[in-house]
Amino acid sequence: MNLFEYIRPASTAEAVTAASEPGAAYLAGGTNLLDLMKVGAIHPGRLVDVTRLPGLDRIEQLADGGMRIGAMVRNADIARDPIFAKAYPSVAEALLSGASPQLRNAATVGGNLLQRTRCAYFQDAASACNRRDPGAGCDAREGENRAHAVLGWSQSCIATHPSDFCVPLVALDAVVEIEGPNGGREVPLEEFHLLPGTTPERENVLGAGELITGLRLPADASGFRSHARYLKLRERTSFAFALVSAAAALRIEGETIRAARLALGGVAAKPWRARAAEALLTGAKPDAEIFAGAAEVALAEARPSGDNAYKIELAKRLVKRAFLLAAAGTPERVPALPASVFVSDTGVPTHA
Amino acid sequence: MSLSISLTVNGASKVVPIEDPRVTLLDLLRERLVLTGTKKGCDRGQCGACTVLVDGRRINACLALAVSVDGADILTIEGLAKGDRLDPVQAAFIEHDGFQCGFCTPGQIMSATGLIREGEADGDPERVREGMSGNLCRCGAHAGIIEAVLDAQRRVAEQERRIA
Amino acid sequence: MPDTIPFRAQNVRMGSSSGQPLTRRDGFLKVTGAATYAADNHPENLLHAVVAVSTIARGRVASLDVDAAKAHPGVVEVITPANRIPLALDPDVKVGLFGFRIEALQDDRVRYANQPIALVVAETLEAATEGVRLLAPRYDVEQTRISFGDGEAFEPVAVAFGSPPVAAVGDLGAGLAAASHRVEASYVTPAQYHNAMEPHAMVASWDGDRLTLDTPNQAIVLSRAAFAAYFGIPAENVLLRSPFLGGGFGSKAIMNGPYILCILAARMLGRPVKMVLPRAQMFGPVGHRGATRQTLRLGTDADGRLTALEHDAVATTSSFDDFLEPAANASLNLYASPTIVARHHGLRLDIGTPGPMRAPGEASGSAALESAMDEAALACGLDPLEFRLRNYAENDPASGKPFSAKSLRECYAQGAEAFGWAGRALEPCRMRDEAGQLVGWGMGSAIFHAPMFQAEARATLRADGTALVETAGADMGQGAWTALAQIAADGLGLDIDKIEFRSGSSDLPDGGVAGGSGHTATAGSALHNAGTDVISKLTELAVNDRDSPLFGAGNAGVDARHGRLYHRDDEARSESYQSILARAGLTNLEGNGRGGRDPASAEQRAMFSHGAVFAEVKVDPDLGQVKATRLVGAFAAGRIINPKLARSQLYGGMIWGISFALHEEALHDRRTGRPMNADLAGYHIPVHADIPDMEVLLIDEVDPYVNGLGIKGVGEIGITGTVGAIANAIWHATGVRARRFPIRIEDIIVG
Repeated sequence: MNLFEYIRPASTAEAVTAASEPGAAYLAGGTNLLDLMKVGAIHPGRLVDVTRLPGLDRIEQLADGGMRIGAMVRNADIARDPIFAKAYPSVAEALLSGASPQLRNAATVGGNLLQRTRCAYFQDAASACNRRDPGAGCDAREGENRAHAVLGWSQSCIATHPSDFCVPLVALDAVVEIEGPNGGREVPLEEFHLLPGTTPERENVLGAGELITGLRLPADASGFRSHARYLKLRERTSFAFALVSAAAALRIEGETIRAARLALGGVAAKPWRARAAEALLTGAKPDAEIFAGAAEVALAEARPSGDNAYKIELAKRLVKRAFLLAAAGTPERVPALPASVFVSDTGVPTHA
Repeated sequence: MSLSISLTVNGASKVVPIEDPRVTLLDLLRERLVLTGTKKGCDRGQCGACTVLVDGRRINACLALAVSVDGADILTIEGLAKGDRLDPVQAAFIEHDGFQCGFCTPGQIMSATGLIREGEADGDPERVREGMSGNLCRCGAHAGIIEAVLDAQRRVAEQERRIA
Repeated sequence: MPDTIPFRAQNVRMGSSSGQPLTRRDGFLKVTGAATYAADNHPENLLHAVVAVSTIARGRVASLDVDAAKAHPGVVEVITPANRIPLALDPDVKVGLFGFRIEALQDDRVRYANQPIALVVAETLEAATEGVRLLAPRYDVEQTRISFGDGEAFEPVAVAFGSPPVAAVGDLGAGLAAASHRVEASYVTPAQYHNAMEPHAMVASWDGDRLTLDTPNQAIVLSRAAFAAYFGIPAENVLLRSPFLGGGFGSKAIMNGPYILCILAARMLGRPVKMVLPRAQMFGPVGHRGATRQTLRLGTDADGRLTALEHDAVATTSSFDDFLEPAANASLNLYASPTIVARHHGLRLDIGTPGPMRAPGEASGSAALESAMDEAALACGLDPLEFRLRNYAENDPASGKPFSAKSLRECYAQGAEAFGWAGRALEPCRMRDEAGQLVGWGMGSAIFHAPMFQAEARATLRADGTALVETAGADMGQGAWTALAQIAADGLGLDIDKIEFRSGSSDLPDGGVAGGSGHTATAGSALHNAGTDVISKLTELAVNDRDSPLFGAGNAGVDARHGRLYHRDDEARSESYQSILARAGLTNLEGNGRGGRDPASAEQRAMFSHGAVFAEVKVDPDLGQVKATRLVGAFAAGRIINPKLARSQLYGGMIWGISFALHEEALHDRRTGRPMNADLAGYHIPVHADIPDMEVLLIDEVDPYVNGLGIKGVGEIGITGTVGAIANAIWHATGVRARRFPIRIEDIIVG
């Protein structure tokens, strides 16, 4: 790890000023940043520790019925918040399916949004990576890429975004609150992360010095709480990144889907909202056939970026399953194996 | 650059000079405070061997900068027993043979301690397995570990009932 | 042969401590963080060393920016081929039984990715780590050979440590011609890395020509000599301390370059040096299980009896050394067949040299054999267990010798009963759980040879009735601190709380090798014999002393237990050890013992542990995700010294089987040869959530030939059988026969 300057600002304004310098990075939970510094993938000259900034560690209910989570709230604390977990159960399930309990106790909301791809060629400083080193090339294109993107990738980059948390958040229209040198602004999470195109180094819309201060979930997102699931396929039962994941949510009245939400994880450089699939479902009867149709629509644009054609079929099947489980009803409690396709004896889904 | 932080480690307050901001909490414990019970298995948050409690929460000490935990209350494996009297989690690990080589053990025990304090796993073996999944074991002592955690959970609950 | 012990059943005094499920004697130290592993040592004036490793797999190091590294605050020295002091031995010469050609900066040549190319030594770990990065090596790169398609094929002269590459019984052509069913299938197993939780570590300190090493080691006294040889000093000048190993699995029995560099740095700089390999460097210089491609041909007759068994294995190795996974040998000793051929071919790749890894050969070979046996059972329309019973080997198929003891039939029967195997449908895709997941049942036979090495031990009975027992054994988790003390206690006729056991240090009698599942048998025999030696001397004192109640009893007429000698014909006549020593005016009484195989017995019998593993898996019918949900293993391995710890060992082996079947695989980039998942997030080993309820049955087995104590081993056999059982269960659940390990989601959904 390179030597760096460590700064612990007292206010958001101080933090933004300190982080506006070239080579500066914000330090929050550190679970991704320090790891990347250790492997030599990044070399910030200054770390601005924002973990103690006042006012960023709260989970609040908003007057309009929505909820706001401060950027420094730890992942575990969101999942543990009973009001939040009841309103947005698929978000809680996604959080609990990610990383490990220890990492979730340290990792923050803001950091989760900003975590970098787990593409091995990005992490490996000896490999060519356009995302790490613009113009260097992409060693993943001809490399070990069976877990790489099938949607939204480019010749420059085929990496995926690793977050579980962001997948249901995108499906539920979460909004990112940002402070920067020019004041505050808000960006829908769906527009926060960028597809690689020819500039994969531009991973999100943040400008120099800009700091995520919070995340808002709109009131109507909790309307999906009775039919919301997050499902994740991975190569271990726990503590593994998604090969493919899906957040599916439905608002069902009688025999009719009034609204549907779908986002996929592990398939693109950003959490992938599938609006066309949502449109197809709206007004339809919730059954296997329509869900299979929605899956086809969601993956219509998908194409393999390497040895990963299987992921397209897998994603389709997962979308269908996620909707079937969502339609069956949100479990009263997050299952013992969160987001797993395996239902343990003690985590049997019940209708909410 | 010279920094100085204050910490409570296993109940003892100390002021620790940090001459290098790169020092992680794990390397501070192991190399500077010579509390070597906490182990380094991967140094990247991928194995759980370095699990300690910081302000009562289990975290990977390898992914925390020492300077950023300034002021924290830290509990390591060395602080769990009261003299020769083992903590119920430690005792259960011995009884159920919840280890072989012992290298992941301090992390497993601290993680189990955190898990029990979180109070979310109940007596459900599946939830305990999931809740312990941040701690790898290469010897394959999983069965004994999970039995030990379930047993310790029961013992701790009994202890608390007696106190209450 | 002076270094073997003849079989002397009458001297076996077992059963007071042995057989008891004692908890670990080192348990308190391990649960309190007080057990000292190598990297926990902190001598004064310590320096930290970090190895710089190559990012290419073949070529030369063209430049290193040594100045940049040395300019970093805290960096003390950068050791490269240009400035490293000479070694007494060429690193390309192999030393001793477990010698390997190693990389100790002998030149600028790169032979695999993650090979050491420099060593940075600094006042702090942080500075040494950054110093390595600042070296920014440049290379002259040569074409890399990393996969089965582009390696250099060769016909080996040996596999593993000197075993013949080909073994053949009978006429293969005739056997295949006689078959009414023939099954031929190829299986691929990947490169796997040991990844003990404790990375390789060393603290090296010189004092003149004396060297102290704190380092985890599975063969303490052997390794002491090897380390000494590289530095041209007598073995006695090296003190190697290894009280606790954080796992070994074979990789800590063999020599490696980083250790030599650490010692070299301490010598060059005149200060103690600590070196701990970062996890990524566990994928290269410290051995691995080489990838294999195995092809099996099985012929069966109309009754489902094998007429031929051919096991052909391509095993990968490095470009510069020869260790080959003896995978095909897994077929030599398990099933009866008039003809068996096991044949190995070598394939050189630009990869670190493979080495022994938990059940070397047997693990990979059993995965393929047990899968093929299932395929053959299907071809015959037979239940997999029935098929194996029809091919039960009454004598060792390879040698024709009788087994020293074989209780596989009991393992099959009790394992099947505990699992509930009866009534299993022959066809696949017949079972689902309530949630609609496919359920499958599979099984496999387990077998592992029961070797012994050589060991020595000393027992000293003390005036207070306690005893000190000593051997340089190694506890890497198998429980040597406990099981060996139990055996020693029985050898001395003392309760175990009277035993002080010193082990894990090279200044003790040679405890042999903790490997091959032979440590308890070997070091245990030495300890037991040392105890017996003490008791013989003590008996001599008593029966010849007119003041002793045992006077005149004669050696054979005395029993030793609980710290007293008893007259065999008159229990009322007894005397405590203390009293005998006191009257003889002795403060202590020393005995010595050796452990090793009786060559006559080895000549006459084939010696193996056996077992049967039954597995249940669930598979999502659409999504292909697999979970092992139930495992039962029944094992017969002679006398079990400590059932609690033996069970743990067997669980461990079976969990390695789960890992082999479903998780573990190193992914090397096909262009650069670099392992792209050289960490514990990408190189998957199972987490707790992957491990289901498991049951281990210990089947009683008395083996009067394997050694005087009747001990076989339990450390490795658990993997064998399990991999195949899981693959077979996946087939039974889905109808998909996966022939590549680990079995992945896409193998199942694409089918």
